[in-house]
Amino acid sequence: MELLDLSFFTSAIRMISPILLAALGGALCARVGIFNVGLEGLILAGAFSAIVGNYYSGSVLVAVLVGALGSVLVSLLFGLAAIRLKANPIVAGIAINFLVLGLTTFGLRAIFDVKGAFYDKNMEGLPKLDIPVIEGIPVVGKLLSGHSPLVYIAFLAGILLYIFFYRTVTGFRVLAVGKNEAAARSLGLKVTVLQYGAIVACGILCGLAGAQLSLGQVTMFTEGMTAGRGFIALVAMMLGQSHPIGIVGSSLLFGLMDALSIRLQGFSMPTQFTAMLPYIITIIAMFFLKDRGADSQLSGQQSSR
Amino acid sequence: MTYRLEMKEMTKKYGEFLANDEVSIQLKKGEVLAIVGENGAGKTTLMRMLYGLEQPTSGEIKLNGKTVKFSGPLDAIENGIGMVHQHFMLFSDFSVTENIVIGHEPKRNGFFDRKEAAEKVKALSEQYKIHVNPLKKAGDCSIGEQQRIEILKVLYQGADIIILDEPTAVLTPIEVEELLKTIQFLAEQGKSIILITHKLPEVMKVSGQITVLRNGKVTGNVLKQNTDIEQLATLMVGRELQKLTDRNQLEGEPLLVIDNLNIGVKEAKPILDHLSLTVNRGEIVGIAGVSGNGQSELIQAISGLRKIDSGSIRLGETILNGKSVAYIRNAGLAHIPEDRYLWGAAKEASVEETGLMGYYRKKKFNQSSFIRLNGFRKLVRGWIERFEIKTTSLDEKSGNLSGGNLQKLIVARELGFETDFLIAAEPTRGVDIGAMEYIHEAIIAKRNNGDGILLVSSELTEILTLSDRIAVMYEGKIVDILDRNDATEERLSVLMAGGNENESSTKTTTTA
Repeated sequence: MELLDLSFFTSAIRMISPILLAALGGALCARVGIFNVGLEGLILAGAFSAIVGNYYSGSVLVAVLVGALGSVLVSLLFGLAAIRLKANPIVAGIAINFLVLGLTTFGLRAIFDVKGAFYDKNMEGLPKLDIPVIEGIPVVGKLLSGHSPLVYIAFLAGILLYIFFYRTVTGFRVLAVGKNEAAARSLGLKVTVLQYGAIVACGILCGLAGAQLSLGQVTMFTEGMTAGRGFIALVAMMLGQSHPIGIVGSSLLFGLMDALSIRLQGFSMPTQFTAMLPYIITIIAMFFLKDRGADSQLSGQQSSR
Repeated sequence: MTYRLEMKEMTKKYGEFLANDEVSIQLKKGEVLAIVGENGAGKTTLMRMLYGLEQPTSGEIKLNGKTVKFSGPLDAIENGIGMVHQHFMLFSDFSVTENIVIGHEPKRNGFFDRKEAAEKVKALSEQYKIHVNPLKKAGDCSIGEQQRIEILKVLYQGADIIILDEPTAVLTPIEVEELLKTIQFLAEQGKSIILITHKLPEVMKVSGQITVLRNGKVTGNVLKQNTDIEQLATLMVGRELQKLTDRNQLEGEPLLVIDNLNIGVKEAKPILDHLSLTVNRGEIVGIAGVSGNGQSELIQAISGLRKIDSGSIRLGETILNGKSVAYIRNAGLAHIPEDRYLWGAAKEASVEETGLMGYYRKKKFNQSSFIRLNGFRKLVRGWIERFEIKTTSLDEKSGNLSGGNLQKLIVARELGFETDFLIAAEPTRGVDIGAMEYIHEAIIAKRNNGDGILLVSSELTEILTLSDRIAVMYEGKIVDILDRNDATEERLSVLMAGGNENESSTKTTTTA
């Protein structure tokens, strides 16, 4: 087995989608001035709801929708705390992460009466999409074809978000809210509506990310199965400076590392060591971040000028 | 005829506090109304009610004879009222065009049509003769240009009534001239302007009607031709202004001696260029100049906040260059900084703590590293009384004080060090007339006491009233030093713009 063969890149592309989807959601929140640390919790809520939807309906489409809905509900709770009650978004986000971790563990027992993980062989996973023309092209076909629909949706979402931010009026206003909320309010822009809109959209994206996790490879849910992907998404968002195309790039990097860590296990590297890879990259990425990220004009000291 | 805008008996209560007490104003088409008053007189509250940011407790707003109610800024904007805030409401990362059209963006099939937006802005800018570069980033624009963006923004929103809140506070003299011209031009085009300010010379230049507020009440409503600056000041302050104490002639020995000071020699344009200056005991030396010509760097170099490349700074016998801030302050320097929030105070600290800054090092207030607060509280209370600083208690956050009151606290603190030498940088920025009197009086008293003072101010009137000698800075150099008796506003303006005194005074190139 080679280290970097075609299937390595195929798996990297598959690994990217949850990170990319969540990072895009986080970017939306960052762009309206809310730093959403609760991505991890939102993905987990999406993963669990998707399994519940799948189990009761038997339909993958319904499962994905239920996954998105579950995540949106948790996201709205976060929005309520951060926008309406003006809680510190970091504290609210961390609370969301712990809340969902506990809630899904409890849900496993209450709904499925199992501990740790739930698997049912009758559950159907996400289908693999074979793209007609591309499928036929030798290397590219194998690389780009045959992924779950959510993988394609993730990349599509990146492009759509780019068009939204930089081409549409509403997107322009969303950017304005994040840059200078006071100025946006003074213009009579509907700041709160835009913020809730971003929160809901973030919920949908994280829900899809969760569905990809629980329905994408093996159709099952395990406790805390996000395993820090929400935080990696947060870093991907910061590394991409909340710019959709930048985020696609940084998510690709993290997806590659994720795939690499799995591949290295095949080279009799200790799992514990390979599992560190994405996080080492995260730390290295931090060096390049420094004080960048979505810049907002908030600062502690005001100037009299 | 009906007025374009009438505000009738507007009252606003915050708890028991009457911010506005039956205030009425009227405004016609093409008229400039100035609303003057000291800080806290209720000007801002009145305008916030007009702009829909506050709901009046009672009173009525009429537009063209019809009663209206605004629940938010959007209502006000839709009814043709625009406001240029004192602190600009700009998005520094956005282009000038984007800043102007936001909220009313031109669309094509739901997409933001930036091309059309830029064309619209260009047309608007030509129509009202307000020059901006539509494609520049707002953050890269000068303060004057940023203000022009704000004015164009309200014009773009279709405002007929334009509120300008303290528009000249941040501008250079040349920019002020331009702004006053713009205001007049807009009025000629049929716009109605409300000018909120406490700078009376500007009021006398552009406004037709003047309404004076004090403590939430209207104390005067006069036409420009029937009044003068003295009368307006009396209406504003509620008493006649005192004449400054006479200055006794002092022949002091040199105190602060700056010799051949250089900063930024490696850059394309040096920040300070072979600068030499002496301040004698019993003398106020004023530094005039358009901001950004090295004044800030000079102050920072003297007070030890910035490294110098070469040259020497002496205070009496002590050499200051290359020494720490604490050492320099110990050597006998106090410093009223130019930006009170950035250098002068910590917003989150209490009034007492802000006052304590620097004093905790003094033996009197420091007993083996424990602060002795008792004696200190008495000192701060004394300052509060002497300078009439309005604060609820010593524990109030300094950030909650109004700008003028915080400034008075900082001035009191720095004077309290009783040093031989004082740097007073913009000592009365954003401070009302009453407080300005106190501060000026205190600075003169310090001078008469035989201390040396270096005054840096962007207010030419302040420089002219206080200074014994006036040094004009231009591009890091002192281009000339005038005696107080030879200095006039015109001569200084020419020098400040980099013009040679011998050339005709009409050459005032824009350097801002």
